Amino acid sequence: MSENKNLLLEIKDLTIHYVTESGRVHAVEGLNLELAPGETLGFVGETGAGKTTTALGIMRLLPMPPAKIISGDILFEGESLLSKNESQMRAIRGGKIAMIFQDPMTSLDPVVPVIEQIAEMVELHQKGTKADALKRAGDMLELVGIPRERGVAYPHQFSGGMKQRVVIAIALACDPTLLIADEPTTALDVTIQAQVLELMHELKEKFKTAMIMITHDLGIVAEMCDKVAIMYAGRVVEYGTTAMIYNHRLHPYTEGLFNSLPDLESEQEELKVIHGLMPDPTNLPSGCCFHPRCPYATEDCSKSAPAMAEVAPGHFVACPVRVAELKNN
Amino acid sequence: MAELNVTETQLRKQRGPFAEVMHRLSKSPLAMFGLGFIFLLVFCAVFANWLAPYPFAKQNLLHMFELPSAKYWLGTDEFGRDILSRLIFGARVSLQVGFIAVGISLIVGGLLGAFAGFYGGTLDNMIMRVMDVLLAIPQTLLAIAIAAALGPGLYNLMIAVGISAVPNYARIVRGSVLSIRGMEYVEAARAVGSSDLRIILRHIIPNSMAPIIVQSTLGVASAILNAAGLSFIGLGIQPPNPEWGAMLSGGRQYIRDFPHLTLYPGLAIMLTILALNFLGDGLRDALDPKLKR
Repeated sequence: MSENKNLLLEIKDLTIHYVTESGRVHAVEGLNLELAPGETLGFVGETGAGKTTTALGIMRLLPMPPAKIISGDILFEGESLLSKNESQMRAIRGGKIAMIFQDPMTSLDPVVPVIEQIAEMVELHQKGTKADALKRAGDMLELVGIPRERGVAYPHQFSGGMKQRVVIAIALACDPTLLIADEPTTALDVTIQAQVLELMHELKEKFKTAMIMITHDLGIVAEMCDKVAIMYAGRVVEYGTTAMIYNHRLHPYTEGLFNSLPDLESEQEELKVIHGLMPDPTNLPSGCCFHPRCPYATEDCSKSAPAMAEVAPGHFVACPVRVAELKNN
Repeated sequence: MAELNVTETQLRKQRGPFAEVMHRLSKSPLAMFGLGFIFLLVFCAVFANWLAPYPFAKQNLLHMFELPSAKYWLGTDEFGRDILSRLIFGARVSLQVGFIAVGISLIVGGLLGAFAGFYGGTLDNMIMRVMDVLLAIPQTLLAIAIAAALGPGLYNLMIAVGISAVPNYARIVRGSVLSIRGMEYVEAARAVGSSDLRIILRHIIPNSMAPIIVQSTLGVASAILNAAGLSFIGLGIQPPNPEWGAMLSGGRQYIRDFPHLTLYPGLAIMLTILALNFLGDGLRDALDPKLKR
């Protein structure tokens, strides 16, 4: 991939396994990613594709054991996160890299008023008195559209959408340079989803925060992301700008994902699905992991793991079959 | 800044956790009765010297087995001692035993349980298997055994009753620490950069308080009952010191002819236990943050 000096986040050949009694789970295999400041990267894939593992890996929050980082490196602002000690990591978590969890219902402490939970973040990372922290927390609440007077309420007195707003306020309270959003809207209903996404988009623009958006909703990606990485069984199978992926998708898995979206215009009796199931991560197929489900599969696919090939500047695909097809045309 | 001050005062005044719980508790008449009764008992115990009409050990052999009268409100016992005075002084012993014994079991059991829950693994296994062994012995029997080994007396009584209840507290504390340790907000707290200690102090302990407070309140009741039981069989407070269980024990020979000897201490025990149980139940509801009224 292209050499770029001012990258915010660079993941090189990251491999994470979960070593359990029932076998070794290949959660992430040889993952390469780059993210420039202010950019939004969509992380798309099925449940179990390794999206959350990657995110937790960046935060160094993986439970170890059973998780084990086998190889690779994560560079953040040019420094390796993997070689930081625990107290350095604590300063980075929240201060530089913030995370929004999937379920706002459970990611707020039920016995602490929300404004104090926001203030806790500020207290941990910024100098100043408790009063300063509370003021900042109040400002953040207003910013996400909740009157500051409501800050004295407890999480159970808030609706799901409001809770997610609070979670966003916590995440952005210390002006992080990178925000990792792990399926931030999955637990919300569609109308609230739209509101929350709009809010995130707005704040991201305002604070110039880079973002990794983990989702399985391709609609969200189209709306929010500059770049997309499609993950399958722990590997990135296709990577490029959102326009490239949406208009010139190549990898059969990406194609399958898009085909399984219901079309608004045509009448469809059935969803077009990708046949088969996600492979057992303790026992992945040989060669290309997708070959048992792939309509384009050839004999070679089961033999050697596909390499990433750059089909257009910044557009990478890990499927030799489709790349060869493209070249022949 | 003015705006900010409003927020801060509101935070303290309006939603102080203690005030909030008290507010909710006040809506339960039974719990308020319990709380009132406990306060009354504490008042009696503290000011026993002034409240009791007679010294607890003063015998008046001319007035043995007297029925309640204006002179002796609740009558006299087999040595002519005023039963009301003895009940008031007995409250001292019962409350002391109840609260201190629970304090002992809470500290010992709570620490063991918290360690077991937070660190898990072998330590958890070791602690909890010992607790299981203790739980396999009936609590009263265990208390009797400890009291018999230590000998009678107020402090030994507290220790015996306290130790015998340790496994209950260890299990409850471990359970709540274990369930809270796995909550997403603990992970979220890690993700904002909180240290282990901060997570324990700010998130795990406050969240595990509710069941512990409830169990302790109910535990005081069973500790008092246990202590009364030990005194009844002669392993607790020794005469002439007044203790409700010991008074029951002393009066039991005369129960056919003079039931008031056992009636009043029995009532005192019963009412105290009832009050503590009402309070415990009320607290259980009041401490549930999800309860909306």
